[in-house]
Amino acid sequence: MSEVSDGENERIGVYVCHCGGNISEVVDVEAVADFARDLPGVVLSRTNEHMCSELGQKQVAEDIAEHKLDRVVIAACSPQFHEKTFRTTLSKSGLNPFLLEMANIREQDSWVHHDEPEKATQKAKDLVAAAVAKARFDTPLDRRSIPIGKRVLVIGGGIAGIQASLNLGDAGFKVYLVEKEPSIGGKMAQLSRTFPTEDCSACILSPKMADVPANPNITLFTNSKVESVDGYLGNFSVKVKQKPTFVDPVKCLCCGACEEVCPVTAPDEFEAGLAQRKAIYVPYDFAVPHKYLIDEERCLRLKRGKDVCGLCIKACPHDAIDFNQKPRTQDFTVDTVIVATGYDTFDATKKKTYGYGRFENVVTALQMERMIVNSVQGKPLRKMGKRIAFVQCVGSRDEQVGNEYCSRICCMYATKMSQLLKRSDPSRDVYVFYTDLRAFGKGFEEYYKRAQDSGVKFVRGRPAELFEDPETKKILFKVEDTLSRQVIETEFDLVVLSTGLVPNPGTKPVAEMLKLAKSPDGFLQEAHPKFKPEDTLTEGVFLAGTVQGPKDIPDTVGQANAAALRAVRLMNQESYSMEPLMAFVDADSCDGCGLCVPACPSGAITLEAKKARINEALCKGCGSCTAWCPRDALDLHCYSNLQLAAQIEVALATKKKNQQRILVFADDMTAYRLADNVGTARMSYSADTRIIKIPSGSRVTPKLMLEAFSKGADGIFIGESEKKSSSYPHSLAEIERNVARVKEILTEAGIEPERIRFSQFVTVMLAGFVKQMNSLADFCAWSGSIPASKRKVVLKDLGEKLFARSGKESAQI
Amino acid sequence: MISKTEITAKNEAFLRRITELSGVSITRCEQCGICSVACPLVSGMDISPAEMMRTVQLGQEEVTSTKTIWVCASCFTCTVRCPRGLDPSKVAEALRQIELRKAIDYMDISTIPAEEMRQLPQIALVSAFRKLTG
Repeated sequence: MSEVSDGENERIGVYVCHCGGNISEVVDVEAVADFARDLPGVVLSRTNEHMCSELGQKQVAEDIAEHKLDRVVIAACSPQFHEKTFRTTLSKSGLNPFLLEMANIREQDSWVHHDEPEKATQKAKDLVAAAVAKARFDTPLDRRSIPIGKRVLVIGGGIAGIQASLNLGDAGFKVYLVEKEPSIGGKMAQLSRTFPTEDCSACILSPKMADVPANPNITLFTNSKVESVDGYLGNFSVKVKQKPTFVDPVKCLCCGACEEVCPVTAPDEFEAGLAQRKAIYVPYDFAVPHKYLIDEERCLRLKRGKDVCGLCIKACPHDAIDFNQKPRTQDFTVDTVIVATGYDTFDATKKKTYGYGRFENVVTALQMERMIVNSVQGKPLRKMGKRIAFVQCVGSRDEQVGNEYCSRICCMYATKMSQLLKRSDPSRDVYVFYTDLRAFGKGFEEYYKRAQDSGVKFVRGRPAELFEDPETKKILFKVEDTLSRQVIETEFDLVVLSTGLVPNPGTKPVAEMLKLAKSPDGFLQEAHPKFKPEDTLTEGVFLAGTVQGPKDIPDTVGQANAAALRAVRLMNQESYSMEPLMAFVDADSCDGCGLCVPACPSGAITLEAKKARINEALCKGCGSCTAWCPRDALDLHCYSNLQLAAQIEVALATKKKNQQRILVFADDMTAYRLADNVGTARMSYSADTRIIKIPSGSRVTPKLMLEAFSKGADGIFIGESEKKSSSYPHSLAEIERNVARVKEILTEAGIEPERIRFSQFVTVMLAGFVKQMNSLADFCAWSGSIPASKRKVVLKDLGEKLFARSGKESAQI
Repeated sequence: MISKTEITAKNEAFLRRITELSGVSITRCEQCGICSVACPLVSGMDISPAEMMRTVQLGQEEVTSTKTIWVCASCFTCTVRCPRGLDPSKVAEALRQIELRKAIDYMDISTIPAEEMRQLPQIALVSAFRKLTG
């Protein structure tokens, strides 16, 4: 990156666009161009009918060559439409693309102040002047380039992790797949059939599982945990710890001799606790890897010492048992990470009124899946009886257990299992007690109808409590059929609790390592609910499957495919190019106080040789660190201290007596676009406003706000993205802190603290934006202008006022 | 016979009034029927607690003349069981308020024989005054 421009001797060209009347019918564009000609640094100023047209662009290119322009300012539509166009024009003309500034005189001027042409022209002049002032301090910047390789870590070996790994392995990427259980396959391996097509779950899953170790690009770690992940996109260093199995996988031929002699039994996890296994076991018959292992928690020898038991050692004909195995750690580096840690089923014992764990004839849906599989194979796990009830929404849509969300799959798995049970034995009575039956997917409604045809009865009502008949052990309950408004008392041989999905406990440490946010339901938060559902806010980390929220198998597979593609999108470029929007340090001013280090939410700032250093790969460019620096040593490219100060000064310079100015700092992602949308809708608000674009509200430091007040601002408004949809969710707290501090200082100076306001927005809150603008303008008009004597006071001893306290705060940290 | 009913702006006003009086977001009730089967007194009611919630959602004022709202003993079992965190017993209380504010005496204390009065638990008397006198 080059040195910061000194703002002198620049050769700036200004272009004011008519936009085919869109601008020129309200704003006197010739007057604006004339005004711009006299601004410092401007060497030429023109108007044009359509700047974005080929002719307009050609004019810019010719002027750059002929007049040796080194900065370009285009006053036209919002930068969201043509900033890219003009950056390309500059590049083609041999000028650095970041030496361009745009003044938004359409969406944020002519379209909102159509009834006040004079004020609109004045505002256009101010906006152009601010853009010119900013351009003077524009610095040639390069897009950041981060080298990136083709290695990926996939955490979790369920169907999501398998699908993502196979895609990436097939495409030639190096995949490290880490699974905490002894076999990959996840929950899908335990299911009977899949709705709505009734494919045998194991039959369609097992070939995919077998493909994993067969793929030369996939390194599989089962029985393993990710111990740590450090670093960033293109350079994540990973530590994986693999637990010992105590059986040599090469020597073991799975003859089963060891299992026969093992004296210890334990509940079989694969059969959802309905069967027993030995302490030495194969997880299930299509497990991958299909090898024996010893359960550390259960084996007598491992628990009590090496003189105990040892029957398996003697029984093994291949000498495969090895009690000397130790945990192994492996370190490697990857470029991207896919998190596919999946879900857990709701612990039904938490819903105490349903008696799971106390009543032998109350089972969970997962147990019923296993019962169905084993019955079909002719070796039923337990008696089912003739009357079977499914109770829906156990652990979902239930604030009593703290889960507000719908688990999305329970309606359909109950629909599936109820009809499988009914069809395999029509003499059974099968009931489903539900509140809403959600058959939203492809083929789901048809499948629901098929269940109704098969004779399954769907009753709209949920029981409050289940009771056990102490003699017969049958389950009794009352339920209101809310459709016929009758309270039904009934008795069943078996009650199946349709338990919902909850976040997998294994996700927590992974999310902490990778700094991933959770949504209110506890599942991991995607970067954008519509357009980036696989991305996270950590660059290079993606989500696949139920780790992001409850979903069925097709959706999980779809998301796994998409996550693989999102990872490939980055890894297939030899280097990854990022906008130069990022913090930088003026090393001469930095005294190494370190206040900024903990302030950075991405951990991008470190202290090296008593100077702050920015890690360019980690910095996300919010600029919130700038407010923490007592010496203005921290700064942000594209929105530097000098640039913002110049924009503020110029936007206030033309203010006349009896006029007022409101500075609006609008974040690029939402508030600025919202202001554009207000223009597009031809709504209007006070023409006393001057909008300044910033990356995030936290970039506006208290110092900048107070300088604005001292130089003539009557009100300041900060518009920020709503926290949950923001790229910078931490910014909100920073803005609150900054604004609170400024309010204190204003109050001390005798200035109304209500003159500074901030609000969170989404881009559709048009009326809200207009209301907020007018309300602040009205307040300022009503309060009258701020006397010059008070304006002087705000900047007095500013450093002390702002940083004496933050110094104490950091000491507390 | 299928009964017919009209839903007008009056119904909306009744829903708003009960919402205000009870502080319960009545329209949030999803009609799972759990309150009805949790209620220990449902067998003495003419409509179930869930149906009471439904009629208030639809703004049908006739609900104030049901037995249900008087049978409700405010034991709060429905509140404890409601999966949406609602409080049907408060709704019943609000519906009772509507009637109570008409200040009609249904009980004359002087007609209770002194002998009986001595035997009655005080809480039963308090409860009777609250529900049956204006």
